Amino acid sequence: MKLLGKSASHGIVVGRARVVLSEALKIEAHLIADVEGEIRDFRAALARAKIRLEAVRDRALKTLGADKAAIFEAHLLILEDPELVDTTEHMIRERSLNALASYSHVSQAAAQLFDAMDNEYMRERAADVRDVADRVLRELAGVGVADLSELQDEVVLVCRDLAPSETAAMNPAKVLGILTDLGGKTSHTAIVARTLEIPAVLGLRHVTELVKTGDWVAFDGETGEVEINPDEPTRARYLQRQEHAKREKLELRALVGQPNLSADGIRAELVANIGSPLDLAGVLNYDAMGVGLYRTEFLFMDRLEAPSEDEQYHAYKTVLEGLAPRPVTIRTLDVGGDKPLAYLEIPKEDNPFLGYRAIRYCLEHPDLFRTQLRAMLRASVHGNLRVMFPMISSLEELLAAKEHLEAVRRDLLSKGISVADEIPVGVMIEVPSAALISDVLAQHCDFLSIGTNDLIQYTLAVDRLNDRVQHLYDPFHPGVLRLIRTTIENTRRFGKKISMCGEMGGSDLHLPLLLGMGLQEFSMAPTSILRLRRQLRGWTLAEAEQLAHEVSVQSSSRAIESVLIRARARKSVQGDLKI
Amino acid sequence: MEKTVRILNEEGLHARPAGIFVKKASEFSSVIEVRSGGVSKNGKSIMALMGLSLEKNAEITLVANGPDAEAALKALSELVEKKFQV
Repeated sequence: MKLLGKSASHGIVVGRARVVLSEALKIEAHLIADVEGEIRDFRAALARAKIRLEAVRDRALKTLGADKAAIFEAHLLILEDPELVDTTEHMIRERSLNALASYSHVSQAAAQLFDAMDNEYMRERAADVRDVADRVLRELAGVGVADLSELQDEVVLVCRDLAPSETAAMNPAKVLGILTDLGGKTSHTAIVARTLEIPAVLGLRHVTELVKTGDWVAFDGETGEVEINPDEPTRARYLQRQEHAKREKLELRALVGQPNLSADGIRAELVANIGSPLDLAGVLNYDAMGVGLYRTEFLFMDRLEAPSEDEQYHAYKTVLEGLAPRPVTIRTLDVGGDKPLAYLEIPKEDNPFLGYRAIRYCLEHPDLFRTQLRAMLRASVHGNLRVMFPMISSLEELLAAKEHLEAVRRDLLSKGISVADEIPVGVMIEVPSAALISDVLAQHCDFLSIGTNDLIQYTLAVDRLNDRVQHLYDPFHPGVLRLIRTTIENTRRFGKKISMCGEMGGSDLHLPLLLGMGLQEFSMAPTSILRLRRQLRGWTLAEAEQLAHEVSVQSSSRAIESVLIRARARKSVQGDLKI
Repeated sequence: MEKTVRILNEEGLHARPAGIFVKKASEFSSVIEVRSGGVSKNGKSIMALMGLSLEKNAEITLVANGPDAEAALKALSELVEKKFQV
């Protein structure tokens, strides 16, 4: 059987499933006769929970580092919090109510206090309180927590969702992969899986019902494809890809610390796409030379109101400071009707990709736009900031956006707040009209960055999310490549920097072609950096230019794709094996 | 006895600094309270302190009652002034 879930952490996995479901916890209230005995039981449960939690913290210190283990220090303090403990004991005494019901009531009330706060950070703390309370209640009820610390064999964990303390308790050496019913790319489980480099597909909805412990599962953490009890040929294919990926990973690790130079010493910048300060570890681990695209929209999602200037400032500062002096390109808010945020009041549209989105929205909401720009400029003194505007389709839009930026800069300086002296400003080239007037745009900014995902969809008039026309979405289309070439040449003619973000920027098949066209910076998922570094080192500029010429005289996508595949094979540099 | 101090660290009294404060406060036998905006909270409770939702520049009054009140006030106010760096 085949399932499709949300890609959360890349990698190919074949293994036996271990379905882990916590036993249900039933809270029943009843009156007790022996009050002092009940309080002794409560304290004993707290003591047992403390011992387990300390073990979780110690393991987290080793596997996740001090930063992520800090949350369990807070959990320990919540566990022993006098307000929670005293109020519970008071309730047991005064109402002769059993400890289970008393503690459940008190901890729920405490969690709800946090739920009600008008601050996202504090609201998230409600989950911490519930996580701790669940431990204590299970100790009291004698119902075990799913124990992931004593896995004997290497397994694929299959579960509803994983609580922070569960992921920290598990022994990562025994976990081949993770499949869950709930969660998505930005959930806690996804972040931990990426940190530990355990492949994961989340949000599969019913995987815990469809898979039994001992079943074979095979999955691709990048595409989100999961095969349950695959037939022999499918399993063999996955095993082959898994072996290949393992070997390649070892080979690529050897390139950490090596410069991004072509065979004849031409430098290209290989930088990372990130979505939050949590991705910093990946950027450093995979040796990216900076960030070519920081998508700020994640900061704005899953919440009731826009993040404050201070909250944004902290996020931007963390990234800038963490990577200084490497450059960090922050893209201003890129949202629209396809990913509606209730508080922005963007109506549902028939055609959100051609609608009210990104810079179009921001220019009409100067308060929101300037708040973000202020946060960026305040953070600029902590590192090497570049500002990038998405979805520009005309010079007027660029000039208007720049005016806002300049106004914010002047305002900050007049208030005595420092701003970095030189902040390069750039435009994302996603709309064909912008590519065609890239010579004009280049004269009014410091860099252009080609966003290929949208540029392809707009150039070919193919909705990326429409299954019926997906096969027409084509990164080898000569029309797309001509627009890219035009943009690169126009930008370089005016001595400005030219970059690419989006899938094509991380494609090892496209790298020599783009290098030959004159692209200077490639921005991609951190996990692709080393593969492209290896590809880059195999090519001289003259060879790449020759390849670009060969491609430019082809008239079809298929011809172009096969030229590129042959070129890569000639270099005997293997790309990702496809099934 | 009491002392008024100002929260200086950027993130305000979030989980980490609140935890550090609670640990320090728990070293003393005196009753420790944190007052802000007319509310008084148990200084040895991380839940109570985070519940105050204190941001940067908030003014708080530390109140200590007990045998080691003076030492507690000194240690805790220094902690706040040093932005909870230990």
